[in-house]
Amino acid sequence: MELHHDAVIYMDNNATTRIAPEVLEAMMPFLADYYGNPSSMHTFGGQVGQAVERARTQVANLLGAEPGEITFTSCGTESDSTAILSALQTFPEKRHIVTTRVEHPAVKNLCENLDRLTGHKHRVTRLKVDAEGMLDLDEYEEALTEDTAIVSVMWANNETGVIFPIARMAKMARERGILFHTDAVQAVGKVPISLRDLDVDFLSLSGHKLHAPKGVGVLYVRRGTMFVPFLTGGHQEKGRRGGTENVASIIALGKACDLAAERMEDENTRVRALRDKLEAGLLATVPRSMRNGHKTERLPNTSNVSFEFVEGEAILLHMNRHNICASSGSACTSGSLEPSHVLRAMGVPFTAAHGSIRFSLSSYNTEAEVDFVLAKMPGIIESLRQMSPFWKGN
Amino acid sequence: MWEYTDLVKEHFLNPRNVGEVEQADGTGDVGSLACGDALKLTIKVDDQGIITDAKFKTFGCASAIASSSALTEMVKGMSLDEASKITNEDIADYLGGLPKEKMHCSVMGREALEAAIADYRGMTLPTAEGEIVCECFGVTDLEIIRAINESNLRSVEEITNFTKAGGGCGKCEDKLREILQRTVEGKLEWIKPMEKPKRMTTLQKIKKIEDVLEREIRPGLRKDGGDIELIDVDGDFVSVSLRGACKSCAKSQTTIKEYVEKKLRELVLDTLIVEEN
Repeated sequence: MELHHDAVIYMDNNATTRIAPEVLEAMMPFLADYYGNPSSMHTFGGQVGQAVERARTQVANLLGAEPGEITFTSCGTESDSTAILSALQTFPEKRHIVTTRVEHPAVKNLCENLDRLTGHKHRVTRLKVDAEGMLDLDEYEEALTEDTAIVSVMWANNETGVIFPIARMAKMARERGILFHTDAVQAVGKVPISLRDLDVDFLSLSGHKLHAPKGVGVLYVRRGTMFVPFLTGGHQEKGRRGGTENVASIIALGKACDLAAERMEDENTRVRALRDKLEAGLLATVPRSMRNGHKTERLPNTSNVSFEFVEGEAILLHMNRHNICASSGSACTSGSLEPSHVLRAMGVPFTAAHGSIRFSLSSYNTEAEVDFVLAKMPGIIESLRQMSPFWKGN
Repeated sequence: MWEYTDLVKEHFLNPRNVGEVEQADGTGDVGSLACGDALKLTIKVDDQGIITDAKFKTFGCASAIASSSALTEMVKGMSLDEASKITNEDIADYLGGLPKEKMHCSVMGREALEAAIADYRGMTLPTAEGEIVCECFGVTDLEIIRAINESNLRSVEEITNFTKAGGGCGKCEDKLREILQRTVEGKLEWIKPMEKPKRMTTLQKIKKIEDVLEREIRPGLRKDGGDIELIDVDGDFVSVSLRGACKSCAKSQTTIKEYVEKKLRELVLDTLIVEEN
């Protein structure tokens, strides 16, 4: 199989990120030389255990948490499932969950299958979003009841980058004795997080979204929060998650968290400026284009733009010709026949939902890349519109 | 990423015959914006019944555009009788094959061709007269039976790949299985059991609702400087948004309930509830 990586303009960082060279360097010894089991009695294994603990501290530092509150998992999805199912088992008499209409499938599909997974009937409230992708906190407050076991609301949306008011929402849940989980897979490393100042009980993150490898995640569990493991087995992770640790990736994630802390400012200044330049340029040069998602309450790296009357997959494949990588919320790219549930929840009309493109940047992007994309996009959209039976000119 | 053949990529990147034939003798308009793909085929026919020119305009993914391009190349120079024998398989074969999930793109090509020929002959298509089975994508039983026979379909999943039927809310799955059983009876040994769990999503009824909005409702609103946009369909809840003059009109709620909802209940389904988004 022929593989390509040269000169790729990678603007799909909400899908996955490149492993930072520093991260790769940190993890390599644990793939090559230090292969001992962290649980072993001998020094050869034990030293690996110490490295895992150091990584735990690095993760805790980025989140403003204690190392004891960090459990390593295999991915964001596992963390989400663990948190929600743990809460339901902690409060078996409570049969209500509050979530949103724009969650990642890791939470959305779990909530749709709870009855089958738990053997009990559950009521799920899916909070609406407005045209800019924002929640209505009055609706949220009304949704919280004595029967509510857990609230699960993403910190930032993967498709639009819209950020939810997690601090306030977690506080409102805590005041009513309801557990609060946030899928922060897209937020960690992009916005500052200090869990010791928040009322969040569970938080999920995924390594490969912040320049660590795929296959490692974290579940933060606030100290004192009742917890029921998802994977029961050995005593790894203090019995919170059975299964031998994915050591090299855990070391990598620790290093990636250090880097993320260092780059947080760059992400929120330079990367944000690049994103803003890209977005403003697209909206100015392509007629009938629009931003999806709130302009300011948003991750600094994400821009979701709809180009009306053209279809996302066709746009992506034309971009692919120029080695530009991005994503689309169109039906054809998802493998289903429907466009993105996030854009539909926001009320984005079909004319625009099928033609949405998500650009997600990272600190590795440059202004030259943004300029290149800006030079190519108007022509791509124009050529597809010339072909579209719905395009009647500007 | 989809596995497209080089020919699909080539026709997508360099599509042939884009546009509309001037003073077309036949026009075939299929699909819709809501469904995610649409094709407008125009043909020119001479006295001998030969297709002398064919052009297309397509909204859709790479395989939809490539299928349209291939179709126009295939039919040019053909007699109408020859052209009417073209199947979706022929279109896919011309391109060296399509991913199975994308076969509906070739079906769209064949449907547009039939519609254009019928338009030229001043006829109504028999498949359009069938009974709607898949409400999400407006697919009739006759279209499904035809796809089963022509493409030798043997599972509900295959029917979805070829016709889109069942690809929205999934509520018609039982009906599709029943049609499949009926159609292939005596022709084969077994039918694949259900492979996927039922999907409960929202595209249900969209195409029909869009049609009614376009034909029955928009013209009236536009006269008053307004417009209406379909936002979402979730079960029986139809969410719409009023635009233009309607948006600020004091009677907008009345418009939605008394006019839009009434029409949709009358022409689509009498359980629909229309709400403003």
